[in-house]
Amino acid sequence: MFPVRSTDPGTDMTDTRFTGTSTYVATDDLMMAVSAAVTLERPILVKGEPGTGKTQLALEVAKALDKPLFEWHIKSTTKAQQGLYEYDAVARLRDSQLGDDRVHDIANYIRKGKIWEAFASDEQPVLLIDEIDKADIEFPNDLLRELDRMEFYVYETRQLVAAKHRPLIVITSNNEKELPDAFLRRCFFHYIKFPDQDTMAQIVDVHYPQLKKTLLSEALNAFYKIREVPGLKKKPSTSELLDWIKLLLAEDIPPEALRSDDRRTAIPPLYGALLKNEQDVHLFERLVFLDRGAGHQ
Amino acid sequence: MLIPFFFMLRDGGMNTSITELLTLLEAMKRGVAGTSVDDFYYLSRAALVKDESQLDRFDRVFAAYFRGVEGSLGDLFQEVPDDWLRGQAELLLPEEERARIESLGSFDELMKALRERLEEQDDRHEGGSKWIGTAGTSPFGAFGYNPEGVRIGQHGSRHRSAVKVWDRREYRNLDDSVELGTRNIKVALRRLRKFAREGAADQLDLEDTIDKTARNAGLLDIRMVPERHNAVKVLLCLDIGGSMDDHVRICEELFSAASSEFKHLEYFYFHNFIYESLWKDNRRRHAERVSTLDITHKYGSDYKLVFVGDATMSPYEIVYAGGSVEHWNEEPGAVWIKRLLNTYHKSIWLNPEPRERWDFTPSIKLTREIMDDRMFPLTISGLDEGIKALH
Repeated sequence: MFPVRSTDPGTDMTDTRFTGTSTYVATDDLMMAVSAAVTLERPILVKGEPGTGKTQLALEVAKALDKPLFEWHIKSTTKAQQGLYEYDAVARLRDSQLGDDRVHDIANYIRKGKIWEAFASDEQPVLLIDEIDKADIEFPNDLLRELDRMEFYVYETRQLVAAKHRPLIVITSNNEKELPDAFLRRCFFHYIKFPDQDTMAQIVDVHYPQLKKTLLSEALNAFYKIREVPGLKKKPSTSELLDWIKLLLAEDIPPEALRSDDRRTAIPPLYGALLKNEQDVHLFERLVFLDRGAGHQ
Repeated sequence: MLIPFFFMLRDGGMNTSITELLTLLEAMKRGVAGTSVDDFYYLSRAALVKDESQLDRFDRVFAAYFRGVEGSLGDLFQEVPDDWLRGQAELLLPEEERARIESLGSFDELMKALRERLEEQDDRHEGGSKWIGTAGTSPFGAFGYNPEGVRIGQHGSRHRSAVKVWDRREYRNLDDSVELGTRNIKVALRRLRKFAREGAADQLDLEDTIDKTARNAGLLDIRMVPERHNAVKVLLCLDIGGSMDDHVRICEELFSAASSEFKHLEYFYFHNFIYESLWKDNRRRHAERVSTLDITHKYGSDYKLVFVGDATMSPYEIVYAGGSVEHWNEEPGAVWIKRLLNTYHKSIWLNPEPRERWDFTPSIKLTREIMDDRMFPLTISGLDEGIKALH
């Protein structure tokens, strides 16, 4: 008999498997992508329509695996360096004029960025890099080595910062810019496709467990019908559906009001929560109007 | 065992790299996927596919490889023609049933019936016979219902377990196979950047600080300047409709790249040629038009003017009053474009038609003359040349 080593990769699978949480429904393929990223300690890149829960994923993974979460939200002006550290030369200069003692140690003026914070964490953290496509086109390239080796060099203090534990990095993108190949090769990739009606029912159930079955199915029918309207600029997505259901509950709308078989009530109540663009609202109203006209003939 | 699969993916037009294959192998070694094929499919997809437009390709190669069908990859990447689908409907449905369905008058009904038929057929295949290319039916047998089936499939999720996930090909409409990514265009457009400092002063101006500090007898006097921003202003005029329909894709790409690259971007549409008015919303092109003169008054001469159009039309549309195909124009298009060119000295025309064909079309020749030969093909290298001409 061979002794089973405790580091046997097969045995520690149970605690790295992500199976969704009480507030997040994960499909099989999403679970697999996250598990692979957790096991291999590689970044995972998540894309999908706005409102399908990309950012939420990182929060839920951190919650499910009970790890600390660091969030780095990217803006168009964000530089890769800001995620590592920033050297506040102006503050140091000012201090030197005022004769402050802090000035002798350059480390006092190094401000840690989110990546450094995550690298310094005592247990394996989850690091969310949100909407990476908002930044400049070279931004991902500037982070290649940091994400690969999980270390970087601080020139001012001549110090090598290496991750204590390789963080699980979740990167989201809205496809506003294409990402460079070299960057993509280092990541696992998952595209959150728009949920089908069954999955959507599960998602709503997770958020509103006491929802009446009839209201749910009527709401979903109306929702998918709106999504199928051709020519909408922004199709309503999961987060809009959840907002809408919240409104329906708050207003205590009966399920019958959502049934669109009857042409006269074809406009679902409170549809402003679903359509966020005045052109879409016009288009929708016009279609319903045409539809009604046809109904009276 | 995965090496042939890897090469098949590459043959299938995916740019999967060795690193990614090694990642996949490592993940399998670490036991991420377990033993089921579904798990393996999800894992290999997460490791090897890096863009949603490639998902459909991946699904097709995966299906082909794991059904043991190799060597027919060339056929796999053809589009499934609608005609074939209709043909298949005729093959599978008996005469009287088809007549009955057609009398219902609904194509959806027809498709539903077809789908059910095909599903039955799928079961038979699972019984053992070959999946693709038996007995003279089309090699797309299992793919056949997909173009419509994707949508219909939403109503029939009880069949989920019957149809393998990769066979459902849910990502079909995301495959765009564009040669020219927006990234390339953006990189090309960056050359047009012109940096200027405006806005809030939030950066240290080192030289000025040293200068002022020295003047201040060594007492620190910090000077700040605004960050440099791309201040180039672009006026984009796009030809839309008619012969431009063939070039919609590349124009969309150029437009999306330009709109995220330039802060000061104004765009207008025209049809075939410039006349007295342009429009911004193509759906309301007849209701909401902007006078061309207003444009020249509103946007200063520091804007750079870029036309995008194939300039392929009857020469009358350029040189004669009343030549426009859409309306009666009091003055010829050539006059209007010259008014624009007089205001905007930096201007180019980007033409999606290949350069070789320009000499065969009189209207392109005419337009080139009007533009003083500043016409460039709408390709990356053409864009580069054009941007040089704009400087």
